Amino acid sequence: MGNKKTTALSGAVLAAVTLALSACGGGGGGATGEVAAPPSDPKDVSGEIKVLTQRTDLAQNGTLEKYAAEFNKIYPKVKVTFDGITDYEGEVKIRMNTKSYGDVLFIPGAVAKNDYPKFFAPLGTAEELSKYRFSDKTEVDGKVYGIAQFGTANGFVYNKALWKKAGVTAWPKTPQEFITGLKAVKDKTGATPYYTNFKDGWPLVQWTANNGSVGCDAQASNKLAGPVSPWKEGGELRTIDGLLHDIVKQGLSEKDPTTTNWENSKSLLADGKIGAMMLGSWSITQMQAVAKDSGLNPEDIGFMPFPVQKDGKFCAALVSDYQQAVNVHSDNKPAARAWVDWFTEKSGFAEKEGVVSAVKTAPMPATLKEFVDNDVIFFDRSEAKTAAVNDIDDAAEIGLNKQDYRQKLIDTARGAEKGSLEDFFASLNKRWDEAAKTVGS
Amino acid sequence: MTQTTDTAPEGAAMTGRSSKDKAKADTGGSRRHLVKRRRGPAAGRTRSWRDSPLRRITPWLFLAVPLALLITFTYVPVASMISYSFTDWDGVSPDRENVGFDNYVQIFTRPELLRVFFVSGYYLAASVVQIVVALYFAVILSFNLRFRNFFKGILFFPYLINGVAIGFVFLYFFQDGGTLDSVLDWFGVTADHPWLGDPTSANISLAGVSVWRFTGLNFVLFLGAIQSIPGELYEAAELDGAGKWQQFRHIIAPSIKPVISLSAILAISGSLSVFEIPYIMTGGATGTQTFVIQTIKLAFQFNKTGLASAAAVVLLLIILLITWIQRRLVPDDKVDLV
Repeated sequence: MGNKKTTALSGAVLAAVTLALSACGGGGGGATGEVAAPPSDPKDVSGEIKVLTQRTDLAQNGTLEKYAAEFNKIYPKVKVTFDGITDYEGEVKIRMNTKSYGDVLFIPGAVAKNDYPKFFAPLGTAEELSKYRFSDKTEVDGKVYGIAQFGTANGFVYNKALWKKAGVTAWPKTPQEFITGLKAVKDKTGATPYYTNFKDGWPLVQWTANNGSVGCDAQASNKLAGPVSPWKEGGELRTIDGLLHDIVKQGLSEKDPTTTNWENSKSLLADGKIGAMMLGSWSITQMQAVAKDSGLNPEDIGFMPFPVQKDGKFCAALVSDYQQAVNVHSDNKPAARAWVDWFTEKSGFAEKEGVVSAVKTAPMPATLKEFVDNDVIFFDRSEAKTAAVNDIDDAAEIGLNKQDYRQKLIDTARGAEKGSLEDFFASLNKRWDEAAKTVGS
Repeated sequence: MTQTTDTAPEGAAMTGRSSKDKAKADTGGSRRHLVKRRRGPAAGRTRSWRDSPLRRITPWLFLAVPLALLITFTYVPVASMISYSFTDWDGVSPDRENVGFDNYVQIFTRPELLRVFFVSGYYLAASVVQIVVALYFAVILSFNLRFRNFFKGILFFPYLINGVAIGFVFLYFFQDGGTLDSVLDWFGVTADHPWLGDPTSANISLAGVSVWRFTGLNFVLFLGAIQSIPGELYEAAELDGAGKWQQFRHIIAPSIKPVISLSAILAISGSLSVFEIPYIMTGGATGTQTFVIQTIKLAFQFNKTGLASAAAVVLLLIILLITWIQRRLVPDDKVDLV
C-alpha cells in the first residue's frame, strides 16, 4: 500500500539534502590577481597562518616550532601553526577542492600550471623574484606564484671507507667505471655494492633528478616537452636508466629488492654493508646523523656526482624542491608572505638540512664541499616547461617522478619481468611521443 | 488482512476515506475502531494521535539520520563519481570538460588496463581454497570437540587484525632470511627464494596472505549456519546409521547452501577488487597490480580522475553482472530438509 504523499515528501527531502550536499562539493576558484606583498613593517603585520608541510617528522619533533619562535622575534604578532601531512600530494589535492588548504603550502604536482592563478596569490613579477633560483617553474604570464623551498644536487651517497677498502679512491668518470667500482666493492669487501630501495620506491625517483647532470645541460628538463623519445640513443634518461639496469643486471644490487627498507638502509650504509645509493644531497646529513648515533664515523659518508664528465669536469644540476605558495583565499596574505620570505632567506633551514638555498647568492652547503673542492660545475636546471613535461608524463602514464616504471626496469633487469631493455625503452619512447602529440594538440 | 463480519458496516462507511486511513483501520484492530466510529461526528474534532500528521512523519524522523548518512556518504559520492567518469577532470582543476564515453572506450580498447584482471585469478583460486578450508573447520568445530571455543578464536582472530598491520607483518615474514625462511630452515629446507621476487611467486604469496586473513570470516558464517540446524536431525541420522560424511552431505551441505552461495559472491567480488594487501606489501610492483591499485594510480599518480572514475564504475558493473548471473544459476530457494 503505497502512499503518494509521503513518497513525494521524502523525495523532496532527499532532493533537498542532495542539493545542499552537492553545493559543498563545488569550491575552487576565487578572487585572483591581488599580490601577496611582503609587509613593510614587521611589527605591524598580524594574524594567524597555517603552514602545510609534508615533513611530518619536523612537525612532530618540534623543529618547526623552533623556526616559528625565531620568526616571531621579527614578526611578533603573527601566530604560525603547522599541519604535517603524510600523504601530502594525495591529501592536499583533495583539500584544494575547498577554500581551506592552509595559508602557506607547497604546490602539489597535480595542479596544472595554468590553474596557479586560481589557487595561489601571485608573489610578484618574474623580475622582482629573479634573486631566487627556479622562479621560472611557477611563472604564469609574467607573475611568479611560488618560491622554491630549496634546491638539491643529486649523486651517489657512498661509504668512503668501504670504497677505499675495495681500492677505489677517485670518483668514477663513466658509467662503466662506476660499475667496475661496484664490482670491486662486491669482490673485495663482500658488501652489497648498490641498494635500490625498491620496496619503498621513492628513492628510485631520485634517479630522474640526474637529468641535466649527464649532459651538463640546464635545459635538459625543458627539452622533454615534446615528442622527443627521451630514451633514444644518447638521451640523458637512457644513460641514467641504463646504468641502473646494468647495476641490477650484473647482480650488484641487493639480493631481494622487494623487501628493502629505507630506514634500515641508512644504518647499513653507515656501517659499510652497502656501498652506494642514488639520492639527493639532502640525505647526507641524515646518513651522518645515523652514523653518529650508532657510534660510527660520520666522515665516512661521501657524496659523488653522476659518473659522466663533460670536458673533463663533472656536472651537478641543481633541481628544485617543492615551491612554497600563498593560498589565494588566505585572510592573512602579508603574514603568509612574510613567512615564505623569512623561511627561504633567513631561517637557515637549507644550511641545516645540507641542501642548496633558493637564494642565488647564498653559499653552497657544507655537504657539497667536496663537489666545490673538486670543481664540479653547478647550474640551476631550468624548470620553465616542467608543467608541460608533467602533462605529457601523466598522459603517457609513465611517471618520471613516480617509482613504477623504474620498478619495472629493475624487474626486467633481474629477469622477473619478461622482455629486453631495448623493448622497454622503445615502449617508453612510443608512449611518450604519442602522449606528447595528444597533449600538444 | 482479513476483515471480520462485524466490521462489514464499518468497511462500507469508510469508502469515502483515504486508502491510508483504511490501512490503519485494518491494522489497528477492528473492535476499537468500531467504538470510535459510533461516537458520531464528534470523532472529527477529537482527532486521535493515530491520525495526526506528526504520526505520519514519525517513521521518517527516525529514518532521517541513517538516510542522511547513507545519502551523504554513499549515494552522493557514487553519483559524483559517475558524473566525473564522463569528464576529463584531473582531480584539482576547477574546470572540467565533458568527454562523453571517451573514458569508457579507453578502458575497453587499452588491453593493458584490463590485463590486470588476470591477477585476480590468483585470488579467485585462493578463495576456493579459503572456502574449503573454512567449511572444513566449521564442520569439525560444530561437533563436540575439546577446546572448541579456543580453536574458533584462533581461526577468527586474523580477521580482526587491521589489514595494514597484516601487510607489514607478512612483509617481514616473506623477506630474505625472514620468518618463513627461518621456519623452513628448522625443517632442513633451505629455500633461497625471494618470495615476492617474481610475479607468480609474489601473487601466490599475496593470495596466501589473503586466505590467512579472510578464512576466519567464512568460517564464522559457515559455523553460524551449521549451528542453526536442529540437533534432532543429527540424532535421527545417527539412529539411521549415517556416518559423519553422510551427515555433512545430506544435512549440513543443503542447509547452508545460501551461505555458501553468498560466500561465492563475496569471493568473486573480493578477488576482483583486491587492494589492501598487495598495495601495502608490494605497491603493485612485480606484476602484482590489481584493478583497484591501477585505478588508484590513475587517479592519484597520473591525475586522470575521469578515467579512474570510469574504471571504478566498470568494476561496479562487472561485479553486479557476476552477482546477477550467479543468482540466475543458483536461485536462492528455500531450504527444506523435512
